This record gives sequence, C-alpha cells and structure tokens, in this order.
Amino acid sequence: MTSRPMMPGVVVIGAGQAGGRAIEALRGHGFQGPITLIGSEPHLPYERPALSKEMLLDTASETIAWVRPADWYAAENVRLLLGATATSIDRDARAVSLNNGTVVFYDTLILATGASPRALPVPGGDHPRCHTIRTLEDSRSLRTHFVPGARIVVVGAGFIGLEAAAAATSHGCAVTVLEAGSRVMARGVPPRISSLYAALHRSHGVELHFGVGITAITGPENAPVVECADGTSIPADAIVVGIGVVPEDGLAVACGLAVDGGIVVDEHGRTTDPAIYAAGDVTRHYNPLFGLSLRLESWQNAQNQAIAIARNIAGQNIVYAEVPWFWSDQYGVNMQITGLPTPGATTIERGDIDGFNGLLLEMTGNRLVCAIGLNATRDLRFAKQIISLGVDVDPAKLADPGVKLADLLRELKSR
Amino acid sequence: MTDQPAGSRLVALCDVAEVTEDTPAQVDHDGEVYAVFAHDGAYYVTQDLCTHGPGNLSEGYVEGCEVECPFHQGKFNFITGAPTAPPCTDALRVWAVTVQDGKICIDPAQA
Repeated sequence: MTSRPMMPGVVVIGAGQAGGRAIEALRGHGFQGPITLIGSEPHLPYERPALSKEMLLDTASETIAWVRPADWYAAENVRLLLGATATSIDRDARAVSLNNGTVVFYDTLILATGASPRALPVPGGDHPRCHTIRTLEDSRSLRTHFVPGARIVVVGAGFIGLEAAAAATSHGCAVTVLEAGSRVMARGVPPRISSLYAALHRSHGVELHFGVGITAITGPENAPVVECADGTSIPADAIVVGIGVVPEDGLAVACGLAVDGGIVVDEHGRTTDPAIYAAGDVTRHYNPLFGLSLRLESWQNAQNQAIAIARNIAGQNIVYAEVPWFWSDQYGVNMQITGLPTPGATTIERGDIDGFNGLLLEMTGNRLVCAIGLNATRDLRFAKQIISLGVDVDPAKLADPGVKLADLLRELKSR
Repeated sequence: MTDQPAGSRLVALCDVAEVTEDTPAQVDHDGEVYAVFAHDGAYYVTQDLCTHGPGNLSEGYVEGCEVECPFHQGKFNFITGAPTAPPCTDALRVWAVTVQDGKICIDPAQA
C-alpha cells in the first residue's frame, strides 16, 4: 500500500463535463494544490450533448467539444488517470482504489460519475445491435448504421431516442419508434408539445407506436428482431435504446454516503461526508429556489453545479441555486425548456406554437413555473429570468406578443 | 474626401434604429455574419457565431456589456470580445464602429 502524501489535494472521480468543469473552476478560482482526475473512458473530459445530435447528423465528421485541450491539463499540473475505474472509497483513510491496483489519496473528493443508460431489461437486451448513447464510442458505433435504407428501431420516445430518430431519418433510414407510454417526451413536456413532436416525426416518415411493450430481442448477431408484447416482430439493422438513465452512485452507496436516487448533496454540493462533494447527473441536490431536491440530467447542471462546488472547495461560500434549463434539437427545431415542468399547470401560448416559433408557458396560479421555447431562444431567456424572480405576473401580458418580455421583466424587477 | 485613414473601407451594416440594448441585430455582409450591439449610447460589432458552438450571439441575452449565447449560456464582453463565462474560452473577433448618417459602419478588414 502506498503511503499518504503530505497534501494529496483534490481528487475527481468522473472525467465528464462535471469533472472537467470542476477542475477548470478550481484552478480559475485560485486552488493551487494537487488535482487528480480519474476517468473510466480513455478521453479527456468532453461535452456529451452532440453525441445524440451533431455526431449522428453529420456522420462524416466529429464535432467534439473538449472542456479543455490536453495541453491545458499539463500546464495546470493536473494528474490524469484516464482509462481507470474507481472501485472503492475508504473514507477513513481518505483513499480511492482503482481497478488497476492504484490507490489515490485525497483531502477533498469530488464524485462526478454521471448517469448511465438503462439497458433494455428483456431477454436479448444485450444483443450486439442494441445501442445506448453515452460515450463517444457509443455514438461512433451507432452512426455506422445510419445509411440509406437501414431499418432503425428506437425504443423509447424520450429526448435521446427522438434525436437519434431525427438523425437516422435525415440519412434515409426507415425509422420505427416504440414507446411504452402514451406520448413522446412525457417526462419533460406537456401533451400539447408531445402531439406537435409526434406529428413532426411522422411528417418525416417515422413510424411511431405507443403503448408498446417489448418482450425480447431475438435474431442473429447482425439481424436483430424486436419482439413486441402484442406478438409483432420487427426486424432491424440496429436498435437504439433510450429508456432513461440510472445515476452512477454505486461508489457512494458502498462507502455509506446518503443516496436517494442519486447522491444526496446540499445546496453547496456537499455530501454527508464533509470531505466529499458531488456534482452533475449523479446528484440529488437541494435547490433553494424551489425548496425541492432535484436530480437533473442536463448539461447546465453538470457545468454549473461543478463550478459551484469547485469555488466552495477553493474557499468561497457559493449556493448553487439555478432555474433548470435544457435543450433538444430535432429536425432543425431548437426546443429549450426552463423551470420545472409541472403536471396540471395551466398553459399560455405566446407566438406560433404550431409553426414551431413561440413559447408555451406553464403557470401555477399567477406564477410562471416553466417555459418551453420552440426556436425562441431569446424570449426563453427572459422567461427564465421571470421564473427565477418568483413573483406574480399577469398571464395576459405573457400571452401578448405586443408586450416585449424584456420590458415585462424590467417592470417585474422594479416592483 | 474623408477623414478615414488610408486603406480604410467602411461598409454600412444597418441603421442605428435597428439595434436596441435588449435586441442586437444580425447582419450578413459579404459572407461574414455580424452581431451588432448597443450599450450606453455606443455601438459594438462582433462576429455573430459563438466561438464555442453553433449559437448566434445576435439572438443572445444582453446584460450590461455582456452577451449570453442562447445555445449554451456562455458569455462574452461584446466591447472587447473576451469570454467572461464558461463554456466559452476563445475570444470573439470585434470590429471598430463608426456611425455615419445614422448607419453603423465597420471596416471588415480591420477585425
């Protein structure tokens, strides 16, 4: 066993967006001690949104947004342990063991392990032509099947599945989407938007089926068949599985940190061990703006929660309290969602929702709680500010395109 | 006869009336897309495309002399072009502005 150095510094487990941004912010906010980054993938931290978007749309090139180039890590003296997986945390010794036998000590540990796609829980769910999308390799491997005429079956009509469906369609594939529930993107958007997007996909030739249970994946290695509960068999060239993710919280569970569908952290990003912080998809964090504990699967959260905890480790006192924000790109329509989708909220339409150019606003009483923008990025941003103010707002003004949201925001702020 | 330095070739991008502090303008001129900003009675021109990803800064959210990209909410100072919030790390190109006859003009060659 290696002995503990005098000042082991900060160790980050997870080389994704959250891990990378945490390190960038540690150095940016004056932390000068040792930093070690542990990541299972062989790559430096990169942003994942493109994996289900640009990477699948343009299969001839790669648009990878690296958090920082390789020379930055060298210049900032960050020790990189990539292609190595942390297997356990000894909180008493403040040490992390890796699958290659290495032991890494820490003063402060950051868990940024993210979330992993759920596998299809049926016989044959591990068929080699079943693809999930989390890593660069996943995306590279899936897109080799996006050729004209290929039969692509997408299981799950969530954001990832629909983005993959839109990309496959653009390459001339025959795309079938199978969804267990009754509408698309049901967790994130109200029925009005679900209907609009179902129609959008169908207008591009996607076969979209609801209420479909899958019982098995059969067929030889290069010719999978999706077996449905109603007896239908659907042959495919590739299957995209987009049925949600599970937080990678196993290390935290095993070392006794509080975990509740994600590692529990407070508004400062601290776990129940003061030497351990967590950030990104893996956390269930308290958001004081809403008075709720949230687990978010989003780029914004991965970046900004990581920055907040890095600043706290660097000696500041930062409360992470942001209005959630998320986006999806399908068929050239940019959808952005901000706030918390609230089932049963009353809705207001601003602009031309049917024409994919406007805002759908969700109100609880006279409070704006969520906004969904379709190709309406600037208005969406003002709506986000209005949500974060947490004050009553006149629904008639929100609905009136003659009232600029910039002016409305100014009026609300000056009250 | 003008007071311009030799070699300067000003082109008009838009009318000052087309730009407010809240709403920058997007101008496509000769294959280059510009974002035009107003702040404290002056005008500023940057490249429209964010240096981090495919976001149009003219669609961005303006606060003071900063613009927030609508794509990833990174920020730039539109006077200097410097990135001021992650994920942006590379500066924008900026052009010096001359206002002539109510028009916002730049020399495209002088980024």
